[in-house]
Amino acid sequence: MWQLLQIELLKIFRKPRTYISFGAIALMVIIIQVALKFDGRSYIEFIVGSLKDSLEIPYAHILNGYFVCFIILNLLLIHIPLLIALVAGDSIAGEANMGTLRLLASKPVSRTGLMLAKFMATVIYTALLLAWLAFIALLLSVLIFGTNDILIARNDSLEIIRSNDVLWRYLAAFAFATLALTTVAALAFLLSVFAENSIGPIVSTISIVIVFTILSEMQIPLYDRTVKPFLFTSHMLAWKGLFYCQVDAGGTAIPGTIENIHAIAKSSGILILYIISFVSAAIFVFNRKDILS
Amino acid sequence: MKTFFSFLFPLVLLTTVAGAQDPSALMKQIRDRMEKISDYEAGARFKTEISFLKVPDALVKIYYKKPDKIKIKNENGISLVPKETGSISLYSLVNSPYQALDAGTGTIQGVPVRIIKLLPSDENGELVLATLYIDTRRMLVLKAKTTTRESGTDEVELFYGKFLQTGLPDKIIFSFNTQDFKLPKGVTFDYDDGSEKKKPAETGKNQRGKIEITFLDYSINKGISDSVFK
Repeated sequence: MWQLLQIELLKIFRKPRTYISFGAIALMVIIIQVALKFDGRSYIEFIVGSLKDSLEIPYAHILNGYFVCFIILNLLLIHIPLLIALVAGDSIAGEANMGTLRLLASKPVSRTGLMLAKFMATVIYTALLLAWLAFIALLLSVLIFGTNDILIARNDSLEIIRSNDVLWRYLAAFAFATLALTTVAALAFLLSVFAENSIGPIVSTISIVIVFTILSEMQIPLYDRTVKPFLFTSHMLAWKGLFYCQVDAGGTAIPGTIENIHAIAKSSGILILYIISFVSAAIFVFNRKDILS
Repeated sequence: MKTFFSFLFPLVLLTTVAGAQDPSALMKQIRDRMEKISDYEAGARFKTEISFLKVPDALVKIYYKKPDKIKIKNENGISLVPKETGSISLYSLVNSPYQALDAGTGTIQGVPVRIIKLLPSDENGELVLATLYIDTRRMLVLKAKTTTRESGTDEVELFYGKFLQTGLPDKIIFSFNTQDFKLPKGVTFDYDDGSEKKKPAETGKNQRGKIEITFLDYSINKGISDSVFK
């Protein structure tokens, strides 16, 4: 199994397209950091809106590395699934397209073992991509902008979390993001089994993520209780819940707390269920597949 | 009858002197007491209570310089402070030209107080009306309500204790008007955890905000540079 995994990792990291994702993330993060370095005040003014008329806004303190990283994650975690699909959608369909899938299936390894190795390789790629994002979005932002308390803007409220209460939330958020993006990888992996070239599963995965994200963000009561709770894209946003604090009776945020940890645990459970379902279905289909290419 | 009036007159006079001191004279005594504080730097615990703001308590530094400079700084973090904090010091209020009117008596914090209304002499000024609740026994302002053209009515309640000798409060509760807060969901991409949300207030409607400042220490009349207030 370990040998299979090594071979699959080698395949992934020998392809130039793999590094497009790392390059794209670096470029997007740096573009956002430069923009905020020179015009971060405008962004904060947009966030606080008319509050600046009644409250003194400490712009210089708000614009710090933790805040910048949160903005980057807010903007990028919606788009990173596309980069994940690029590799995960190629894992089976790419082999079929190159004509190596039949050869691979004829090796003295079980098809299930082969699929699990391929999926594990995709998960490692996803984790490395997130680690790269953490390095460049968090570490680089902290180096450029320094650290301070973090201001979190929600639809109807603003939260301030003390700087000594932030780092563990980021570590947990990146761990959760890895789980969320692994769900996307599992979906692309499943779709990859059905295709003979990688374009189909990549485009299909992207389309599903886009449609589901739109449904997750629409505020239509009909969908709120019927569709949204079952969409994996609704639960992928649970990393943000790690930045929502509990409040006491007076409305004061309690450091070190999470507003609704049960909901985050539930979202994690649902995403794990999705991953197991997608991967099991992919293995099931692949085991019965008549490989002609 | 003559005997009756000769008995009543000194009684009325005595009551007037003791209980109903002339509002202007009372205000002068208050002002004279405040005059002694030229500046201070204070360490304080800062608590914010605004419906849309979830903030942990913070340790802040408060700088004051006569007549009306006041600055609240959180040097180790972020605190959102109301812009109109001038009424916290009260000095500029009692030192401006006004007409003081007696508005009766009342009770604040269980202490009997005289209520004095200040009508500003400048009809076009920012201040429309101020009401002070004064503990005449200790010559302290326990509460002040100020109505301005821009900010509406602000209220400050002052609690005295261990810093009583200096005439400075131990705690201040300042309540003020603030706007409601709303951002499009498409901007914030909030995580919907499925829990019941509190009914949102009408957008644009004014809300009341409150800050509570508990003073931990004062450093009085040591001189403070104007640059601190920029």
